[in-house]
Amino acid sequence: MPGTYDNGTEIEVTDLNLWYGDNHALHDISIDIPKNSVTALIGPSGCGKSTFLRCLNRMNDLVKSCRIEGKVLIDNQDIYSKDVDVVDLRKRVGMVFQKPNPFPMSIHDNIAYGPRIHGMGKKNINGIVEEALKSGALWGEVSDRLGSSALDLSGGQQQRLCIARTLAVRPEVILFDEPCSALDPISTGKIEELILELKKKYTIVIVTHNMQQAARISDYTGFFLTGDLVEFDRTEQIFESPGEKATEDYITGRFG
Amino acid sequence: MLSNAKLNEKIAFGLLRLAMGMVVAFVLVILYYIVSNGYSAISLDFIFSMPRNRMTEGGIYPAIVGTMYLIIGSMAVALPLGILSAIYLTEYAQPGRTTWTIEMAINNLAGTPSVVFGLFGLAMFVKYLGFGASILSASLTLALLILPVIIRASQEALLTVPKEYREASLALGVTKWETIRRIVLPAAIPGMVTGAILSIGRVAGETAPILLTGAAYFLPRLPDSVYSQFMALPYHLYVLATSGTNIAQTRPIQYGTALILLIIVLFVNIIAVSIRSHYRKKINR
Repeated sequence: MPGTYDNGTEIEVTDLNLWYGDNHALHDISIDIPKNSVTALIGPSGCGKSTFLRCLNRMNDLVKSCRIEGKVLIDNQDIYSKDVDVVDLRKRVGMVFQKPNPFPMSIHDNIAYGPRIHGMGKKNINGIVEEALKSGALWGEVSDRLGSSALDLSGGQQQRLCIARTLAVRPEVILFDEPCSALDPISTGKIEELILELKKKYTIVIVTHNMQQAARISDYTGFFLTGDLVEFDRTEQIFESPGEKATEDYITGRFG
Repeated sequence: MLSNAKLNEKIAFGLLRLAMGMVVAFVLVILYYIVSNGYSAISLDFIFSMPRNRMTEGGIYPAIVGTMYLIIGSMAVALPLGILSAIYLTEYAQPGRTTWTIEMAINNLAGTPSVVFGLFGLAMFVKYLGFGASILSASLTLALLILPVIIRASQEALLTVPKEYREASLALGVTKWETIRRIVLPAAIPGMVTGAILSIGRVAGETAPILLTGAAYFLPRLPDSVYSQFMALPYHLYVLATSGTNIAQTRPIQYGTALILLIIVLFVNIIAVSIRSHYRKKINR
């Protein structure tokens, strides 16, 4: 464990266990995720990294057979306690998915959807849309065609639209679930640049298959294997002198 | 020499084409038969006047109006009820014994003969609830008849909406109901309209249920309220063809009536299809 952080801790997970039916998918995960930084979660397919990510905005609630034990504190509030409003939690903890998933609406409506429902900026919805698209590094490419369908955008543009859509509801934390796995290298580069920019204002947790990506953009890295968090440390530490044999084997490409 | 695989493919294609050809041929023969025999009977007078001289002359206006009322009445009841039930079943109901029982009941309802619905309508709406033989009773009965079709089509339409849309909306902190209302339903409307289209033909064509719940043998005036009896095209056709005063003489009127019935169904379907393609465009563009 890397100890205390300069920016403070955003998410504190203690002894998190998760079952899908009889399948014990996460074992005693404890991890402190720092504020205003990028934390990458790596590991081979099926290691539980995406499952863990989905615990942080309670998307696993949608899976009926899913059972969770343990504590997840975000901003010192236990998100699994009874008095937590899941809807409000998901507003604070946004998520960007593996496959770009814009709604079948115009670019403008995609961004305005969340703020409108949350009753934000009734008078200045156009301002919110513009601000979100600028923060999502998409404004320059779409400012002249906000009314056209989001589905006409390229994959990389769609993903930045999804990021902008998340930003529009003003979250504190943004979870990225392999956001570049469906994108070409140039689009991936743009998203990585954007993530580095976003960490100034948001806490970012990113699940990735791509170790170079984790090395390029993250400050801290956690390595998952078969439902265990094997190691979690500063990214340089993990990639230069990992403490565990399994971590070293994985990052040097011996399996995975 | 053709290889075996290629020969098999040719045979399979041939059979598929033959099956398709037979279906098209049947439809064309029926259409030709009805149009060629019926078109001479059709005139403005035929469409817009009352039957005269013990239904051997005059028009079929009250039957056209009656059928339109039935379509509107049964749709007004069955569409909202069916769509809401489908939303409940696909989005909210927990899989289990109760849900399974409901699904089975819907499947069985879809296979129930329409005359049974007619008898139920007679007992329930006409007698017990006291609506009498009326547009109201017949519309409610037809609504029950098409409910399974509408529920099934709506459920399938809801299930085809990609999971990614729901997740994207929920992850923005939007409630499940708002997600359904603003994202899932608009994307499911084309499929739901398909269910409605199938039902319209059914409502326009059913005879047994309305015979028992409010269709009149002969009624030379328009219904003045939902409690009135009414004439309807399929029953009028049945009456003319089996128990009219002069069956042979009214032959052209019978074909004309059948043709009008087809045209109405076609017309309503065109409206429904254009609604569907409007929504499809909105989604895919």
